[in-house]
Amino acid sequence: MEEPVKERRAGGRRLPGGSVLPGFGLSLGIALLYLGLIILIPLSTLFLKTFTLTWSGFLEKVSTPRALAAFELSFTAAFVGASINAVFGLIVAWVLERYRFPGRRLVDAMVDLPFALPTAVAGIALASVYAGNGWIGRWLEPLGVKVAYTPLGIMVALTFIGIPFVVRTVQPVLRDIDPEVEEAAASLGAGRWTTFFRVLLPELLPAVATGFVLAFARALGEYGSVIFIAGNLPMKSEIVPLLIMIQLEQYDYAGATAIALVFLIASFALLFLINFLSWRRHRGSMREEVAP
Amino acid sequence: MVGNRLGETASRAERYGPLTEPRWVRWLLTAAALGFLGLFLFVPLVLVFVKAFEGGWDAYLAALRDPIALAAVRLTLLVAALTVPVNLVFGLAAAWAIAKFSFRGKNLLVTLIDLPFSVSPVVAGMIFVLLFGAQGWLGPWLSEHDVKVIFAVPGIVLATMFVTAPLVARELIPLLQSQGDDEEEAALTLGASGWQTFFRVSLPKVRWGLLYGVVLCNARAMGEFGAVSVVSGHIRGLTNTLPLHVEILYNEYQFAASFAVASLLTLLALVTLALKSLIEWKTSR
Repeated sequence: MEEPVKERRAGGRRLPGGSVLPGFGLSLGIALLYLGLIILIPLSTLFLKTFTLTWSGFLEKVSTPRALAAFELSFTAAFVGASINAVFGLIVAWVLERYRFPGRRLVDAMVDLPFALPTAVAGIALASVYAGNGWIGRWLEPLGVKVAYTPLGIMVALTFIGIPFVVRTVQPVLRDIDPEVEEAAASLGAGRWTTFFRVLLPELLPAVATGFVLAFARALGEYGSVIFIAGNLPMKSEIVPLLIMIQLEQYDYAGATAIALVFLIASFALLFLINFLSWRRHRGSMREEVAP
Repeated sequence: MVGNRLGETASRAERYGPLTEPRWVRWLLTAAALGFLGLFLFVPLVLVFVKAFEGGWDAYLAALRDPIALAAVRLTLLVAALTVPVNLVFGLAAAWAIAKFSFRGKNLLVTLIDLPFSVSPVVAGMIFVLLFGAQGWLGPWLSEHDVKVIFAVPGIVLATMFVTAPLVARELIPLLQSQGDDEEEAALTLGASGWQTFFRVSLPKVRWGLLYGVVLCNARAMGEFGAVSVVSGHIRGLTNTLPLHVEILYNEYQFAASFAVASLLTLLALVTLALKSLIEWKTSR
């Protein structure tokens, strides 16, 4: 993990940060101060608060049937949303990079909409579109498919929120694939399908995996876009962030803390996985440039 | 450039038959991609504006001119005006330290900066309640000194800062890294001071990335919902930001008014995306 510190010396004195550029102490100081005050100290209160619980009290809070149902729903819905994005994100990235059609640049720009659109706006829009009398919901209802106010609606919202991740991780990889690789495969007699599945897909899969985990992590904690379309029935369509919210409103801080801690540890594990995946792809270079 | 590529692909398809897909596969994949984006992205986007104007132009303006809506606009602007400059300074400092120097624990620092992205917005709001709330660690001290953080504006600003902290740094780190140090070193050799080098050599080189980082940070600061929802207390006219106002109107079945306010936030998102495309186009030339 650690990079070897460049030993650049000026007049026998080792330079701070291994560079002649100024401002190392100041910039690192500001960064660490802000990081500590705004991110680390507030986050640590969650861990400190958990220590006020006994172990059995903690287990009791996180294993109520309602909490377990919420955990199961949150993880399942996030997984389904991320999986839909893995498949369609790959197709969207492929179409945007390989084919030319009118409005391509507009479509490319719009892929980032879930990053920029406030989640509450996405929530009310999706709920209205997929409600029984909505623009899309009214065509699904006669088929017996209810989307809004069911777990299916949660999956729709979590799919929306994850759209940019797979597309934006796959696009640069697709752009960088040398055309000669495909030419070689074709000249050796491989058909287009064989070339795709045996040559191109293995190159793209690590990027798809990174995008999948990013989308999953984002979907897991999502709140705003889900609560309007979810129905929010305990045991049926109540996601973990909503359960935390309800417990906070009822001043059940112990319950909210215990559940939030489990959730946070899952998120950290995912963050570790994301870093590991991008480290493997870049062989030790810096992080992925995918800003959620 | 786009026009050329259109012709190029067509001729490429004819000349190198095996290097592209049959026409029907291309059509099918394009239809699948556009259909997917249509169902999940474009239809909801269009719906926001259609619903916003369902009651006509007058009802739209009335929803925005409502005093409570105006108070929400003011609070949202205030939150962004406090959050964005602070995050800008943090982003510049963090990116400078990370991109220009090597030190122990650098990768850990990069990971820590990304931390807010992997924390659920609700948890992000909750940690400030645990810290500053009535039953929180600093709660008794704060109430003794009559300072309100939770269910007041400072809590909203803090939660927004937490959620948007990584955005500027994230944009700048790869840019500053890819630029190299040669020009800075030249400026220093020629006698420029550290600040001069920073403001007149380094910053101009990354100005477009910086601009996008600031714009995205602004959009996210104005649109943050989950974290703000926990700490705000939803006091109408006092601690309601625009996204919270959208929620209240929607839950009161005032759909047209709700979508009218939502359309403002949607416009903000569209302007952000347009600016991103413009910046990408400018930097790729």
